Amino acid sequence: MSTQEFAFTPYPDLPKSHYLNVAYGLKSWLFTTDHKRIGILYLLSITFFFALGGLYATAIRLELLTPAGDMVQPDTYNRLFTMHGILMVFFFLVPSIPAVLGNFLLPLMIGAKDVAFPRLNLASWYMYMFGAGFTMYALFMGGVDTGWTFYTPFSSTYSNSYVAAVAVGIFINGFSSIFTGINFMVTIHRMRAPGMTWSRLPLFVWSHYATSLIMVLGTPVLAITIVLLAMERVFKLGFFDPALGGDPVLFQHLFWFYSHPAVYIMILPSMGVISEIIAAFSRKPIFGYKFVAFASMGIAILGFLVWGHHLFVSSQSLYAGLIFSILSMLVAVPSAVKVFNWTATLYKGSIEYSTPMFYALGFIGLFTIGGLTGLMLATIGIDVHVHDTYFVVAHFHYIMVGGALMGYLGGLHYWWPKITGRMYPGFWSHLSALIIFLGFNLTFFPQFVLGYLGMPRRYHSYPEEFQILHILSTAGASILAVGYIIPLVYFIWSLKYGEVAGDNPWDAVGLEWQTTSPPSLHNFDEIPVVDFEPYDYVEHEPVERPYRYSRSEA
Amino acid sequence: MSEQHASEHEHGLKFYWLVLFALLILTWVTYGAALIDFGHPWSDLVALAIAVTKATLVVSFFMHVKGATSMIKMSAVGGFFWLLIFFAFVLADVLTRPGMRDFF
Repeated sequence: MSTQEFAFTPYPDLPKSHYLNVAYGLKSWLFTTDHKRIGILYLLSITFFFALGGLYATAIRLELLTPAGDMVQPDTYNRLFTMHGILMVFFFLVPSIPAVLGNFLLPLMIGAKDVAFPRLNLASWYMYMFGAGFTMYALFMGGVDTGWTFYTPFSSTYSNSYVAAVAVGIFINGFSSIFTGINFMVTIHRMRAPGMTWSRLPLFVWSHYATSLIMVLGTPVLAITIVLLAMERVFKLGFFDPALGGDPVLFQHLFWFYSHPAVYIMILPSMGVISEIIAAFSRKPIFGYKFVAFASMGIAILGFLVWGHHLFVSSQSLYAGLIFSILSMLVAVPSAVKVFNWTATLYKGSIEYSTPMFYALGFIGLFTIGGLTGLMLATIGIDVHVHDTYFVVAHFHYIMVGGALMGYLGGLHYWWPKITGRMYPGFWSHLSALIIFLGFNLTFFPQFVLGYLGMPRRYHSYPEEFQILHILSTAGASILAVGYIIPLVYFIWSLKYGEVAGDNPWDAVGLEWQTTSPPSLHNFDEIPVVDFEPYDYVEHEPVERPYRYSRSEA
Repeated sequence: MSEQHASEHEHGLKFYWLVLFALLILTWVTYGAALIDFGHPWSDLVALAIAVTKATLVVSFFMHVKGATSMIKMSAVGGFFWLLIFFAFVLADVLTRPGMRDFF
């Protein structure tokens, strides 16, 4: 194709028929079984809960501007950080990538018309909303003050807040996760297009397979734990309260048996997104594809064996602590395999600094900091020193926000043209990615220092010498908030005014880019036959040449 | 698919009533066993043995795992293996706490 020809390529038009215009009206959305529309329903829902969780975070950071607890009462502060944690973990992070991007892309990536159980897929969204309804009820009635971890016997015996309502909400929401996990596993096993062998699956699909495994095996344990908690609270049956003959550490075992693997539910899909972005914008196949794929499975399995590192300062025995410490070190191996392989993929790649790539590179750096501080916390001697301090808060925010959320935003920017058929403004998207990166580090890096100096988490007042670090953190949070608002504005703007993207604006490989943008109701006119290897960037000729966004977004 | 469908319903309705009857009998056995003091830790072990028998009946017949495909059997075994992991690690904690040797 000559330069002359390329320069005069007309803008593409949106396809005449696609999943967004096959039917109109509220009913067509609320009763849809199309995986793409269900993905959009989830997108809208989790964005709402992210914003709500963000408001709680704002209140927390404002309170911590001054050493005295002068904005809210201690009990109110307890409710603020509890609701922040519950909304962000259960109603944003866990469903974020799997339920939005996974739902939308997984069938497209394997060449299927839909997921294996489309109605179960819709049911998962209703379960999510139903669970969210209970949680919102508790929120309006005054919230919960137990921390998102619901530790007993405080939650089962002493708390006067709406523990039962939130417990029911999380219990119901868990089924949404289980439904999604079952659906993905069966879809990957049974609905791959001809030629789409396991060794040709995109790494996004591999990571969702590993995530589904955790969802199906772990979430029922959380449900059981919550039922036991509710039975102790309502019927005074002794499971966790020593006064009733129970063991409070048993609650911690049960809770973290799900909740530590839940961290991998958040981060594994994000790792899948990063693999796709790194390959697409380095124009190279992923270095060590099989190692990265098996590392996902390794993380899913090993991730179930490390929960006891949350219990080092409970009355867990030293012997068990030792085992959990060693196993926690081991889980770093597959995580490191991924980071090294992404870095090796970048080596000598034709790197393009697109907006998704900004997020992917940010992810690698921030996830590495989060992971390495995780190793510090897996060392019993250090954990005893910094347990329940801001060091831990900083560590898990580097994983959950610096890792999972950066991956989610990167994925959203990468596949937005596929989802909507339109592009977003390149300048603003680059700017917001930079603002988020800077704001994030300014918010959470000072918290490492705060924690190491002894500032405990979940306190609304503190000694004056910590104030400067808290001010830095609050300033960072303000910048971070601006960074999050900008994409919200330009994504909405792009729905009407964004330029038409074309089917494959990034010149990327993968089946999802071989169909129209937005895709048709059944994804493909004909079921594709896969005769190319994954990330075949050297040999694979794109199906359709890109238009003006091919390499620059400008 | 049709073979699987047939294997799921190879037992008549009468058979399922028999399984239900066995489960009800075992529930009474559980109640009866709770009234007898077998001594520590045998009371717990007897109750667990009855519970495992009941679970085996439910999983094998009501959930049609007996006679199902290898993949379904493997999934069921995987679930129980995960439960075993949980028990093993919790016991690694509980049984090695200071004072537990005296308890036993």
